[in-house]
Parts: sequence; C-alpha cells; structure tokens
Amino acid sequence: MHLVIIGNGIAGVSCAQAVRRLQPTARITLVSAESAHHFSRPALMYLYMGHLRWPDVKPFEDWYWTENRLELVHDRATHLDAAARTVHLAAGPSLTYDALLLATGATTRYYDWPGQHLRGVQGLVSKADVELMAETTLQVQEAVIVGGGLIGVEMAEMLRTRGHGVTMLVRDRHYWGSVLPPEEAALVDAQLRRHGVRVHYETELTEVLGDDAGRVRAVRTSRGTELPCQWLGIATGVTPALDLTAGTGIDTDRGILVDDYLQTSVPGIFAAGDCAQRRSPGPGEAAIEPLWYTGRMQGETVAHTICGQPTAYRRGPWFNSAKFFDLEYQTYGQVPARPGADEASFWWQHPTAALGLRLHYRADASRALLGVNALGLRLRHDVCDQWLRRGVPVGEVLAQLGAANFDPEFFAQHEPAIVAAYNARHPDEPAVVLRRRKGLLSRLLSV
Amino acid sequence: MVALGLLALAVTAAAPAGLREPAFWLGVALLSAGALGWSWYKFGRGPGGVHHNNLWARGSTSRGAVAWATGVALTGFYVVLYWWPEYLENLIRPLDGLSQALRQRPADQWFLYGTFYTLAVLLMGTRALLKYRHSPYQRVRTASVMFFQLGFAWLLPGVLLALQQPEFYFTYFWPLKYDYLFPGGVQSLLQNGHLGAFMVGWGLIMSFVATPVLTYFFGKRWYCSWVCGCGGLAETAGDPYRHLSDKRREAWRYEVSIVYTVLGFIVVTTALLWLNTRLGGALLGRLSDEFSRTYGFVVGALFSGVVGVGFYPILGSRVWCRYGCPMAAYLGLLQKHFSRFRISTNGGQCISCGNCSNVCEMGIDVKQYAQRGEPIIRAACVGCGLCSTACPRGVLNLENGPREGRYQPSQLIRAESLRILE
Repeated sequence: MHLVIIGNGIAGVSCAQAVRRLQPTARITLVSAESAHHFSRPALMYLYMGHLRWPDVKPFEDWYWTENRLELVHDRATHLDAAARTVHLAAGPSLTYDALLLATGATTRYYDWPGQHLRGVQGLVSKADVELMAETTLQVQEAVIVGGGLIGVEMAEMLRTRGHGVTMLVRDRHYWGSVLPPEEAALVDAQLRRHGVRVHYETELTEVLGDDAGRVRAVRTSRGTELPCQWLGIATGVTPALDLTAGTGIDTDRGILVDDYLQTSVPGIFAAGDCAQRRSPGPGEAAIEPLWYTGRMQGETVAHTICGQPTAYRRGPWFNSAKFFDLEYQTYGQVPARPGADEASFWWQHPTAALGLRLHYRADASRALLGVNALGLRLRHDVCDQWLRRGVPVGEVLAQLGAANFDPEFFAQHEPAIVAAYNARHPDEPAVVLRRRKGLLSRLLSV
Repeated sequence: MVALGLLALAVTAAAPAGLREPAFWLGVALLSAGALGWSWYKFGRGPGGVHHNNLWARGSTSRGAVAWATGVALTGFYVVLYWWPEYLENLIRPLDGLSQALRQRPADQWFLYGTFYTLAVLLMGTRALLKYRHSPYQRVRTASVMFFQLGFAWLLPGVLLALQQPEFYFTYFWPLKYDYLFPGGVQSLLQNGHLGAFMVGWGLIMSFVATPVLTYFFGKRWYCSWVCGCGGLAETAGDPYRHLSDKRREAWRYEVSIVYTVLGFIVVTTALLWLNTRLGGALLGRLSDEFSRTYGFVVGALFSGVVGVGFYPILGSRVWCRYGCPMAAYLGLLQKHFSRFRISTNGGQCISCGNCSNVCEMGIDVKQYAQRGEPIIRAACVGCGLCSTACPRGVLNLENGPREGRYQPSQLIRAESLRILE
C-alpha cells in the first residue's frame, strides 16, 4: 500500500506513525510545502521570542524519518486527480497512491477588511508567517492585534518581548468571550494589563489604512477611532485549506466534509486535522476542531481505517490548554462561557494570586461534572478525564480534588480553601469533606 | 560593573604589593554588586515567570563571541589554577586574612578556588532565586544548593582545618570522591582518632546505605541538584547555559559509553587497591600512587574542571555530570532501576513545543517522552525540575510514587511504538 499524506502537521504525522506501526511494510509519503520536516505549530511563538531555535521545535530528529521509512517530500501539491489516484506536485514527479490523507491544515481567516492586503498585515499560522513577522516587526513601535483568542494573546506576548506597543481589539465584552466565563477572562485581562497590553473590548476592525509605501499606518475601529500602528496581527480564527479539493468531487463545506471514519466523499481519500469538517459531530462537539490535540487524535484514528481497521473518531472528553503570558490555563470537558438552563457552575478564585478553578456541573439531582477550568493550577488529565467519563457528582469531585492536583512539590495546596468556599456557598447541601490529599499515581487512577 | 570587577581582579593579578589588596576587594565588590544588580534588573522587576527571551538570539548564551571569550577566560583560570598557581599569588594573598580567620592558616590556591566557587554559587544562586521565584520548587532547591556549598563545602572543611582535623567534605562521597574509600584515604583518615573513624563510617554509610535509600525514595535529585557542589555550580552559575547541552541521540550514545566506563573504572580500581593492600602491595606495587595521580589529572582536573566548568558557555553546564561523574552514573543506575522517582506526563496535554528539552541541562530530549504520554525515567535526570517549570502547558511533574506501573504511559495518547533511543 502506498499512503500519500498531504501536510506534515500533527494530524498527518500522527497518521503516518500509526500506519507505520499497523502496517510495517506500507509505503508512506508525506508531502509538505511548508517545511522539510514536521514541527510543533504551537511552538512557533518561541522561535520569534528567541526561546528556541528551528531544530528545537522539531519533535523528531531528522534521522527519525529515514529510520522509520517515512518518505518526506518538500514540495507543493498543486493538483489532485482523484480518478487516476494521482497527486501532482509543483516541482517533483507526481505521486500515485492507494490511500490519500488530506491533512492540509488551515490558514488565517480574513473578513474582507478594506486594506487587509497592505504590508504589515498578517496572521500567525505557518512557519512562513512567523518568519514574515520577524521581518515586518523590525521597525515597529505600535502594533494592533484584532481578535481576542489564543493566537491573539500569543502575538501580544511575542511583540511585548521585543518592547513593541500592543493594542488588542476584542469583539466581545471580555477576553475570548465565546469560550471563557467572565471570571476567567478577568484573570487573563489582568495578565494582559500587567504585561503592558492595551485591550479595547467590544471593538472591531473596520478598515486598515496604508501609507504611500503600501504599508499599514493605522487601523480604524468600529468605534470610529483611528489607531496608528505599523503592524496589524489578524487573530480572528482560521479557515480550512481547501485548495486541493477543487474539481475533485470531494464534498466540502467550510472544511473537507468527512464521515465518522474521517473518509471524504471520494473513496480512498481521507481528511484529518484542521482541514476536516465532520458531517455529524457528536452533541456538544464542534464540526471543525482546529487544535493540536484533536489533530493528533484524528490522525491516529484515520490511520486505523486506512489500514483496514475501520475506527470511528471518538474524541472523548474535550481538553485543551494554553498559556496567557505567565498564566497557565487548562480545561477539561465542557465549560460554556455562560451556564445553560439546567447547568450550574462553581468558581473559586484565590484572594490575591492569579489562581482560579471552575467546576461546571448538571443542576439536576445527579450533579454530574460537565467541565473544569483551571487557571494557574495544574490538574491531572487522567483524573479529570475519568471524572467526566463517569459523570462524577461535583461533591465527590471536590472531596477528591487533591487527586487531581498536578502542581509541583512545595506549591501551596488550595484544596481546603476551595472546598471551604464551596461549602460556604452551598449551606443547604451536606458539607463536602476533602478526602484525599495530593496522592500517588496508582490511587488516582483507581478513582 | 561585572566587567569592571573582572578588570579590577585582572589588575590585582599583576598589581604591586601595595595595590593588590584594595584592587582585589574592589574587584570582588564590583563583581558581586554587578551580578546582583544585573540579576535584579533582568529578573527581579517584572512579573515572575519563565522568560527566556532572546536566549538563543544573544551571543553570550548562544555560543557567540562573548560566550567563547567567557569560555576561554574560565578555561584559562582553571589551567593556571591547576598547573601554574604561582601566577595567582596576587589573588591568593589578599585572602590570607579570611583564611586565617576561618582555617587558621594562610590561603592557598585551593582556598582561592573554593572561595570564588562559593561566591559564584551564592551570587548566581540569588539570580536563580529571582529568575525562578514563581516556582516554590526552584526556590527551595536553589536555597538548598547554596546552603550546602556555603556550609558543607566551604565553612565546615575550613573549620575542620582550624581544629587540626582532616579537611573533610561531608557532601562528597565515593565514587565521586573516590579516594575517601581508597586504602590510602581511609588509612590517613583513621589516623585522626574518633572523628577520623566517624568520617570513614560516614563515607561508607553515605555511599552504600544512604545513597540507595534516598535515591529509592526521591531519585538522584536528592544529591545532584540539591546537595552536590558541582551540581550547585551548574544550577546557579551554569543556569544561563543550561540549554546548550546536546540533545541529539548521538550525544546520548557518547554519554552512556563514557560515564559508565568511568564508574566501572573507579569500582575496579577501588577493588584492586584494597586487594593490593591485603596482599601487601604484591599486586600493584607502587602503581596505586601512579593511578591516583593520573586519574586525578585526567578526570579530576581536565574533565571536571577545565572542560566541565570552563566550557559552560559552549557545551552547557552539566558536561562533567553527564559524561564524566561516576557518582552520577551510580545514582543514575539506582534511579533507573531501583527508585520511585519519575517525571509524570500529564495525559495528552503535550504540544511538542520543545521547551522542556531545551532547558534540560542533562541533554535529555524530554519531549520525546512527553509527546507520547510516557513518564520520563532516565538515568541522567538530575531532577532540577526545570522541564516542569518551563512547560507552558503544565504537562510535566516530578513525582515519587509506587514502582508498580512506573513506566505506564497515559491512556490518553496512543503511545506509538517507534523507538527513539537504541
């Protein structure tokens, strides 16, 4: 079998690795125009900040690919001939395949702002983007970032390490309003302020203004103000890369449409990662999941189907993490920005330090845990995952909170304060007694 | 200010007698104030956190001209110290007062070295305390290495000398301080009555009882990154260079082939020397003296000093610990096979960003384990905890737990079986 994978991001590479394991004799070719080798996309920011070099953000040394017989083609796939099962490349010879995985990723989403093509206006998705950013921010005094999500805060951190002034335009009333409840957003906002980032909430970009040299000189906002800037970061999300599907008969919508097995409408062609859109996502799941972790899981899953072991994509409880300047964030399960009708939410925040924990749960008799947000606290993924899978009642979760503590040794343990806060706020319920201190692995896994 | 301090010390080295004392102390004062002031300026003012901005962009920490100059200066100092101490006379003499007060004897080159070494650990330890002040683990650990260097590697040996006792380091054991259990070392200690016997017993217990027991419970870190003086210098003065360690598989192959050879060599030699003593010198004759001198030169001076510290700015801060230290090798074997210690990976949260591998001074490619959801159980790991501190997603945690299931990867990633180290 010859498997051709378009894209060497985490979805494509995870698939290649899993196929190599499942079918030791398969021929596997990864095609990428972006980089000769797989790299960690979330680590691009560290290149710009000088924390890491290019070899450091490559998850595997270069020998890895040859030793595991994963053929790398650093070329652009220009055209897909589904009938002939052939991928045409810009420079090299065409590749015929038995199975094809489209893991083409996503690109910055623009909203047709006037002036968006001026120099100094860009997103941050690809290796080329971070290289361009290094180039175009050299002479910058003031930068504007549009979009209050994860990429936006990354850009802000990058620019602040070089001392550039940063203003963020955020559409919602608070930071990442579509995802974070207000309390969490307030902690992030405090981080942004502490690091000298100005944030304009409920403000959108309406126009990008250029100078005679074709470079951005200012932006106009929905509030009518004009903010001078020499660089504009677009962080309003990403959109699946669909170029290769044109004229192939592969069904697309916003992304490449796939079934539960991550198969496209054309037999033998699969899609995974940021470019894929599931036709029927499970309840509470997004059709497109542009995330490192889901890319990895989709890549692993689709490998099984490609190798003749049809496996439906079952993500399991959602999880994600990020770091907002110095503030770490982890989330498990579903924590909506506002609790739904039959849901309740308990939020604890440290009186002085930037620490917070939210437990989101069903308001009915089961009081089953639905999701957890942690800021400045590290939680144990395995434990949270088990709680969510089993729908453990929130009282039980609180009693076992120590088991989920993943903070390093000597860190203050806040479980007693958290449980006390819960009990104080719920005097009508039987008082929760903190049962287990931060404990040992084996005990935790037998929750 | 640091530069002025170094200049003053350079002047001292060549100064006439009348000038050298003021120049020396001026140099030390400028150096200290400069180091502390710069640390505060760089790490003390802003919010706490890991901010390795421009680490790989500035020459001094990325093998640029400044790094090479620093390396040459450090190496030069070691070469002069070991082989031409007479050129350090002007730096040694100003310490006579201090040496008299502490040790009741004039200063020598080793007192100069020990004093500068301790000063470096304290000054750069303060820098580390500021830099990592957001992490209680790093604060406690840094304070620990500062305490052991000052108390057990500088003050106590000095006081022992003042009391006409052997200059004994309670924090160094066989096989690192191999001569403590060589027949010659034991015999000379035993000439010092009860205290000497206690020292021999201490050495035996630390090497063969305390080391396995403590390593069983806490891993190798209880020594390498909490107590040891070499580790102390690496964790403080070497901190700006920790990322320079070589993470490639190639380097790992050198590491295992060299460091276990050194350990084996020490073990065999110790056994032979005792056998020789038993046989009244029939086996080796005068070879044992020769051995001590040769090994002392090659391993003690060249490896741990000139290369180990002199090359900090080029090869990173743990070259000696990683490739040469027999104690680290011994602790490493215990850690790998008889310990409850591991670095846990937090489920599937790794993003392969590489920050953990970058800060690993022992050259472990930490992310290889983390990205597969596997715990990190490596003989080399000294448990400095920087991977955990630097991880932007809270994925790594140093833990002591049951040995059962110690290698169990997370079920939340399908750990793929392609091997990394072989």
